[in-house]
Amino acid sequence: MKRMLLAAACAVLCASLTTPAPAAEPVTLGVVFPMTGPAAVYGQNGVKGLKLAQQARPTVLGRPVQLVVADNKSDKVEASNAANRVIQKNRVQAIIGCLTSSNSLAAAPVAEQAKVPMLSPWATNPLVTQGKKYVFRICFIDPFQGSVAAKFAWANLKAKTAAVMIDISQDYCVGIAGFFERAFSKLGGKVVLKIQYNTGDQDFSAQLGAIAAAKPDIIYVPGYFTEDALIARQARELGLKQPLLSGDAAQAAELIKIGGPAVEGLYLTTHFDEKGVTTKSGKSFVAAYRKAYNEAPDSVSALSYDSYNALLDAMERAKSLAGAKVAAALAQTKDFPGVTGVLTLVQHNAVKPAVILKVQGGQFVYVATVQP
Amino acid sequence: MDGAQLAQQLINGLTLGSLYGLIAIGYTLVYGILRLINFAHGDVLMVGCYMAWFGAVQFGLPWWAALMGSMLLTALLGVLIDQGAYRPLRRAPRISALITAIGVSFFLENLGLVVFGGRPKAFLRPEVFNQIYQWGSVRVLSLSLWTPIITALILAGLLVVIYRTRLGMAMRALSRDLVTVRLMGIDTNRVVAATFAIGSALAAAGGVLWAMKYPQINPLMGVLPGLKAFVAAVLGGIGNVVGAMIGGLLLGLAEILLVAWLPQLAGYRDALAFVLLIGILLFKPTGIMGEELPE
Repeated sequence: MKRMLLAAACAVLCASLTTPAPAAEPVTLGVVFPMTGPAAVYGQNGVKGLKLAQQARPTVLGRPVQLVVADNKSDKVEASNAANRVIQKNRVQAIIGCLTSSNSLAAAPVAEQAKVPMLSPWATNPLVTQGKKYVFRICFIDPFQGSVAAKFAWANLKAKTAAVMIDISQDYCVGIAGFFERAFSKLGGKVVLKIQYNTGDQDFSAQLGAIAAAKPDIIYVPGYFTEDALIARQARELGLKQPLLSGDAAQAAELIKIGGPAVEGLYLTTHFDEKGVTTKSGKSFVAAYRKAYNEAPDSVSALSYDSYNALLDAMERAKSLAGAKVAAALAQTKDFPGVTGVLTLVQHNAVKPAVILKVQGGQFVYVATVQP
Repeated sequence: MDGAQLAQQLINGLTLGSLYGLIAIGYTLVYGILRLINFAHGDVLMVGCYMAWFGAVQFGLPWWAALMGSMLLTALLGVLIDQGAYRPLRRAPRISALITAIGVSFFLENLGLVVFGGRPKAFLRPEVFNQIYQWGSVRVLSLSLWTPIITALILAGLLVVIYRTRLGMAMRALSRDLVTVRLMGIDTNRVVAATFAIGSALAAAGGVLWAMKYPQINPLMGVLPGLKAFVAAVLGGIGNVVGAMIGGLLLGLAEILLVAWLPQLAGYRDALAFVLLIGILLFKPTGIMGEELPE
């Protein structure tokens, strides 16, 4: 009796393990995102957006889509390793990623060499796609974002002088700080002090002391939210009252949780806000995201959602999964109705509007949309 | 730079320095007794912060209760690490224990990522520590005044334990010769466990003060303070608790004043700590307060 029961149990187990053969082999997309480390928040929100996109559109060319998430640990070396891994081991047809510019710069040559199309949702440094055939992005680039910030500082905040804090371990920060300075000087403003720090730093009192001595009208801190929040707190503790202006990397709920009252009044330039949504797909995305996760979608989740759809669109148009054909189709993306706005890829970069937000009452408040 | 700005930067430096010093004391205590550089110290600090965070934010305990609870639990963790990782290697070459310490450090970091998640959490700062005092243009957070006081109290308490108690006597004896001490009938494993418990509790205390000052915690937060405290401990003479405090203060002041005088070098702040480390190892390997060790 015992033996029979055992045999029966085995039979049931075997039956449950052998699922019916899939009608078609899945299309695998590698998602090389920072799931841990300083940029973990972005990676986790991005995956939320991708999962939603996959639910809404589970197939391409009649085959199911499979997402393989590879953690790049917010690290340049790991980013290149993870890209290699999904290409060699998982044999992915395309890569969505990375998120930060530094990680994308490290992973892009790997994708380029393997001739695997790579589409970054969020890397804004111009060098990421420059001179590459297979690397694209769905977001605007920093010369645009920097000039939007400079114009806003000049015209709306009436700033004549600015101090810039630069995270020198991030290619994004180094790049955008330069573009901001160029645009701000062109308008007639002056950057009175540029001062550096590193990702992971927690004490900024010395840098802020130097800024206090330089007495700028505003402080431009285009860093990541963790450092931005600590900088804001320490700036207010040291009695600096200047407005703070940041970039898209500051748009995370943790900025407000960690920064508290110190980040009130902080302005930032970014890609997306649910109140600035114009497209029909955007409105349904916001509703679906709120329903699924009970929170407002941020830029990274929206851009990841768009990356998924733009990539699948390109595959449909190419009627093929061959890297070269998908890349050629991606390059011709035109008037794509994304949730972050209608976008066209020009030289592998998206041309689309930027959004300005302000922290008010413990929330991100929509201020304006700036057209390119 | 005028006088007020210099005063402000000096205060910033003293605050940072006493935090480094407090963390360095735990480092140096374990080294002094076991000749083991416990590279997991920074990560023990991280676990201490999370314990306090759970106590204060999740369970709504008052901050001092959360701090006490965190110190107790972290002391227990220190004892467990010693039992699990270091005790089997007590007679092994010192390099094996050192590599194990690095392994423990990676283990704690990755365990933290799995258990607590990679997203940073906001830490609380109690009202007592959140007051701002102002003299002219010099502004000081009350926490910055409390930190050196708390550090000095802990240092004094530790010196009493080391020089006035039987446990301290056993610790000092152990640091000379582990085998002979055992022959004298002293339970060395208990003394070592007590050392780890004290060192880890100090890490928790230092971590909580650190997290109140820089109110953001994540599983990798211990890496940089841990390394800086290591530099501070070596600078002061590793194995010497008073030296660790002095090394911490010097390092904090050096970092802040570098940026104050040469703002364009601000990006090299972390590098300065390691340049100092190399310098001291080249010219005075025993550190400022360190005694000459016989070979």
